[in-house]
Amino acid sequence: MRMARTALLLAAAWLALPAHAQQEALYLRTLAANCAQCHGTEGHAAAGSTVPALAGRPRAELLALLKAFKAGTRPATLMQQLARGYSDAQLEQLAAFFAAQQR
Amino acid sequence: MKRRGFLHAAAAFGLAGCASTASIPAKARVVVVGGGYGGATAAKYVRLLSDHRIDVVVIEPNAAFVSCPLSNLVIGGSRSIGFITTPYGGLARQGVTLVQDTARAIDPQRKTVTLAGGPVIGYDKLVVSPGVELLFDTIEGLRAAHDSGRVLQAWQKAGAETTALRRQLEAMPDGGVYAITIPEQPYRCPPGPYERACQVAWYFRNAKPRSKVLVLDANPDVTSKGALFKRVWSEQYRGILEYRPQHKAVAVDERAGVIKFEVEEDVKADVLNVLPAMRAGAIAVQAGLNNLAGHRWCGVDYLDFQSTAARDIHVLGDAIQSAPAMPKSGHMANAHAKVAAAAIVAELSGWPVNPAPMLTNTCYSFVDDRRVIHVASVHEYVAAERTYKAVGASGGVSPGPSELEGRYALDWARNIWADTLN
Repeated sequence: MRMARTALLLAAAWLALPAHAQQEALYLRTLAANCAQCHGTEGHAAAGSTVPALAGRPRAELLALLKAFKAGTRPATLMQQLARGYSDAQLEQLAAFFAAQQR
Repeated sequence: MKRRGFLHAAAAFGLAGCASTASIPAKARVVVVGGGYGGATAAKYVRLLSDHRIDVVVIEPNAAFVSCPLSNLVIGGSRSIGFITTPYGGLARQGVTLVQDTARAIDPQRKTVTLAGGPVIGYDKLVVSPGVELLFDTIEGLRAAHDSGRVLQAWQKAGAETTALRRQLEAMPDGGVYAITIPEQPYRCPPGPYERACQVAWYFRNAKPRSKVLVLDANPDVTSKGALFKRVWSEQYRGILEYRPQHKAVAVDERAGVIKFEVEEDVKADVLNVLPAMRAGAIAVQAGLNNLAGHRWCGVDYLDFQSTAARDIHVLGDAIQSAPAMPKSGHMANAHAKVAAAAIVAELSGWPVNPAPMLTNTCYSFVDDRRVIHVASVHEYVAAERTYKAVGASGGVSPGPSELEGRYALDWARNIWADTLN
């Protein structure tokens, strides 16, 4: 019953958005889902994961990290290889998305 | 949207009365065939991305998810089968309805799936993520040798056969030979056979040091992480592991323990692990979705993973005709699933599908019980060519094996299992 109410509330919030905004939100969630295999769904990493969670971290911090990975100025095992696959605009969108998620 | 989907067995599955709103896709039903990395992720993400407005039913015969990635550690003996097993309960908590059965037939015209147990389920959108079928009959004697339990593959599904192969290795006397044969590309999990060879060599080095690993590859060279694997073999497993390219297996004599090859000489071994050529899983073939590469793989529109053979059927994972540089991997199947799930939510909502989807792949291989090497890549949809291409500057491999990547590989496993199943 509680789940049903939550679903209704979520649906109501969703329907309150104009269609264009809903589409853009869907596309962004899907882009961000590319990070989830290692960092957890919507940035919520599994308990005890040394690969860090992303949800709720400051946007500026996340963006600086992503840009440093892309530039190769921050040592990494594979994040430098993955960050180079995304445009600066996409990295900015991703940083904003994860910053907006609840921890 | 005209609702044509129906469910003959609603009461049997307790599907009636699900909470839903009055919005356009409120009563839409997505049926998912197969609860692996592709299917389970698709089920979860249709729920997530629709804010739980779309009903999802998963048809999967197994009671729990057993991961193929990391299953080579069970064969090497450093991990148990329990470590790579996750129950399906997390999907139920997402509101996904699980039906423990096998899909026997798909009718794309009526938009129904018939289960082996008898019921017929209607769908608005169908996701088919069937994995691969092994073509035993392409190697003479292999089907009988496999049926008898003498020659195992432990490739199509992790689980009972994984532990059976481990038992064969444990029973093998020191001084014996383990031989693995690899089919020509494309096959499921390109680096998997080489990782498995490392795991068996690691076990032999510690427990049966006079034993040998033979890697008999139909390909002209190691198909993934080649330089890294070869370095590991010469540094860690010299004298234990031998790699032989251009060895295409054509016959197996289970009594004599012999593998015959197209050109090269016969090989005798104590434990034979023969991997034949593969194609899309059986249900995709039944439904006629395997329309490419000599009827081996399923063609899809890469924008939404919709089959090019049937409308409203989306095919994911190893069963599809892969785009260039796109490996058949669990991580990639999970990535396919998210693009397809988003497209399904958009299509059922009457919105345009994301015109620029992206995919990533990260694949870790354990070279012993702790040290790991990776290959990673980012793939973008190129509209003009209607395919994915690896983004030029992206991707790469490890400089060498490390324990740090070993820890990350275990984190990857825990996070992707949760991302797929919880």
